[in-house]
Amino acid sequence: MEGLTLSDAEQKYYSDLFSYCDIESTKKVAANGRVLELFRAAQLPNDVVLQIMELCGATRLGYFGRSQFYIALKLVAVAQSGFPLRVESINTVKDLPLPRFVASKNEQESRHAASYSSDSENQGSYSGVIPPPPGRGQVKKGSVSHDTVQPRTSADQQEPASPVVSPQQSPPTSPHTWRKHSRHPSGGNSERPLAGPGPFWSPFGEAQSGSSAGDTVWSGHSPPPPQETWVSFADTPPTSTLLTMHPASVQDQTTVRTVASATTANEIRRQSSSYDDPWKITDEQRQYYVNQFKTIQPDLNGFIPGSAAKEFFTKSKLPILELSHIWELSDFDKDGALTLDEFCAAFHLVVARKNGYDLPEKLPESLMPKLIDLEDSADVGDQPGEVGYSGSPAEAPPSKSPSMPSLNQTWPELNQSSEDTAIVHPVPIRMTPSKIHMQEMELKRTGSDHTNPTSPLLVKPSDLSEESKINSSVKFASGNTVDGYSSSDSFTSDPEQIGNNVTHQRSHSGTSPDNTAPPPPPPRPQPSHSRSSSLDMNRTFAVTTGQQQAGVVAHPPAVPPRPQPSQAPGPVVHRPVDADGLITHTSTSPQQIPEQPNFADFSQFEVFAASNVNEEQDDEAEKHPEVLPVEKASDPASSLRVAKTDSKIEEKTAASVPANVSKGTTPLAPPPKPVRRRLKSEDELRPEVDEHTQKTGVLAAVLASQPSIPRSVGKDKKAIQASIRRNKETNTVLARLNSELQQQLKDVLEERISLEVQLEQLRPFSHL
Amino acid sequence: MAVCVAVIAKENYPLYIRSIPTENELKFHYMVHTSLDVVDEKISAMGKALVDQRELYLGLLYPTEDYKVYGYVTNSKVKFVMVVDSSNTALRDNEIRSMFRKLHNSYTDVMCNPFYNPGDRIQSRAFDSMVTSMMIQVC
Repeated sequence: MEGLTLSDAEQKYYSDLFSYCDIESTKKVAANGRVLELFRAAQLPNDVVLQIMELCGATRLGYFGRSQFYIALKLVAVAQSGFPLRVESINTVKDLPLPRFVASKNEQESRHAASYSSDSENQGSYSGVIPPPPGRGQVKKGSVSHDTVQPRTSADQQEPASPVVSPQQSPPTSPHTWRKHSRHPSGGNSERPLAGPGPFWSPFGEAQSGSSAGDTVWSGHSPPPPQETWVSFADTPPTSTLLTMHPASVQDQTTVRTVASATTANEIRRQSSSYDDPWKITDEQRQYYVNQFKTIQPDLNGFIPGSAAKEFFTKSKLPILELSHIWELSDFDKDGALTLDEFCAAFHLVVARKNGYDLPEKLPESLMPKLIDLEDSADVGDQPGEVGYSGSPAEAPPSKSPSMPSLNQTWPELNQSSEDTAIVHPVPIRMTPSKIHMQEMELKRTGSDHTNPTSPLLVKPSDLSEESKINSSVKFASGNTVDGYSSSDSFTSDPEQIGNNVTHQRSHSGTSPDNTAPPPPPPRPQPSHSRSSSLDMNRTFAVTTGQQQAGVVAHPPAVPPRPQPSQAPGPVVHRPVDADGLITHTSTSPQQIPEQPNFADFSQFEVFAASNVNEEQDDEAEKHPEVLPVEKASDPASSLRVAKTDSKIEEKTAASVPANVSKGTTPLAPPPKPVRRRLKSEDELRPEVDEHTQKTGVLAAVLASQPSIPRSVGKDKKAIQASIRRNKETNTVLARLNSELQQQLKDVLEERISLEVQLEQLRPFSHL
Repeated sequence: MAVCVAVIAKENYPLYIRSIPTENELKFHYMVHTSLDVVDEKISAMGKALVDQRELYLGLLYPTEDYKVYGYVTNSKVKFVMVVDSSNTALRDNEIRSMFRKLHNSYTDVMCNPFYNPGDRIQSRAFDSMVTSMMIQVC
């Protein structure tokens, strides 16, 4: 490669550019990413860029050394001037203008141009502009850049002084410290916090809006925040350049700024963009938000009422319409008050808006209120990743906001169905509760306590309806058409009533001679009962699992032993047919009674339950006899359907036994819950037959191990979430059990019908 | 499946009115305006009746040859009026009710927003999107 001769202006310009790209301060190699951004900013076609790279030798070398870089820049200038790219041309073309690197944002260009053209010395420009990260800004053509190069270099030296000079306005300390801080090339931060003077690279993030191949560093920058227009709460100079900070420096800056902001409360806006996700709140930002929250509401777990929030955010001088929209986005649970998470999200959105970001249509994933403690930042970081970038598909066309070209890169990633995060929609059932799911439910629970009562209500209906079906089948002979509500009454209230039902059923028919213990009734999840039996149990099932946690905690009701639904038809079928059958049934029923005392033998069940978790259904069936006492009414049924339904019953009993076991062992919290869930799930989750036993076993084990869960969201969130998870598992188990029981019920009903037909056929003869 | 949705304040001025743009919107505005009389009539007929969910929903206010107008009033005398196309396969009453329920929920969300002054026009984007979802089903 022939030697390159550069004019003085070119020399300076190129060295500046090189320094800009030299993020590692090696003085030898320009970072490929930066260089690529630079070249893209040159608005040259990609193939030209590649050609340039080849020509300058970087492709060969694999990196951009200083000479390669200079050659490349020269070639860029050549290309921009329209000359063909030749190696010779770098020296032959005379009077080549300096390569132009265009900012996609003219606004910033003009601003920067104005800022540092107006005073080539850098200090004054700080007043309106916070130094964007290293070397950002406009490359002035020709002499302008030439001039600016010098001031910039001088600016470097003056920088130590600048912090002192510039921010004569308010939140001064933060920018200073920030700048000072950023000037130290901290690990990859070769930024030159130059405000006015110096060649500002156009926001490369914008330039490479389509390509994130380059340094993703810039992805978060950009919005050349209308800095002059950005008004902090206290009319302090816009710190919007924060947005343009290198992510690495963000932390530094924000920490510094946080300190400063503490002194100037409400006056400083933190950066609203971060590395990957423009909406992610950095820790420092979050800390600042939390501090602000505390000024309004000292209790971090409390709420900020709407009026206080309104005053607070009105100070930001955003238009009311936008504040209204921000509120809509951030008030996740629509309760008219802001929790800490909601407040942080709102604050973040305000900051973003002030920095020029357009408001999203939906709340970005990273701003979703999380139920994780602030200390648990790891989870916070995980959350956005876990749930995916749902919730912001609408943000993908923030192309409506040309000010955020960098965001365009990141937001296309965020296109996933927002089903998971839409709290207002029925939440799909999850077998393995996700964090967000639990949080949603937590949120719903905390945000709208009225949903709590509904969860037991929702749970109950299915239980009741199931019970009603059972009862109706039981009382069929008696012509009793019990509707869901009335039958539910008997179940809803107390164990005694349940016992009444049991006895009622027992009176109709004995238990089956089969001693395979019917599965114990799943413990009732909620003490309260709802009447409606026509609810979307899937939704309630999924939604209320978390709520049930709280409900369980709050109302650790005693679980009435519920007779197995499968048992009910058995007696009915037999009764009309055979008196002997009745006798046998009744004979078995007494058996149940003496066995009943065993019902309280939860220790036995606990062991059983614990061992059930991973056992096969057959094994569980074997243990049914132990459980049988618990399920008195189930005996008759099981005796009837020995052939086909026994296994199911056994599964059921096994399943319910663990439930009962756990129920007994944890009298305070869960006892009612498993039963309720089982009932509830019976209605809705029929197809899930296979996993009943396993589920119930799991359920029992889970319940057995559950400690009483503190109700308050703020405490032991992890315990709550864990218990929520467990409860969900038990829920699914119970759901399967429910479906199994439904199947059994159907079978029994069929038998009954066939038997009645036979009876009809026989009856005429009997009269003879 | 609405072709026009309107939210009328207690004092009978519109807080929000939106129609499918294809149609002559003025016609819908007139229809909504005339329906206010019917609404008032129904409200007064109710008298001091208990205000439960059932009675919040006023039902079909009046039919025209092309459209049907349904009404719903909240406890605070804010009225929702919905114009649906008669040519649509007859919308079940339940569907209309559910649409009004959604409207009501969205309206309360708007109310909860501290930045919303009661009596202002409703400019909430969430409300808009909800109404759009209701109207888009028609097309």
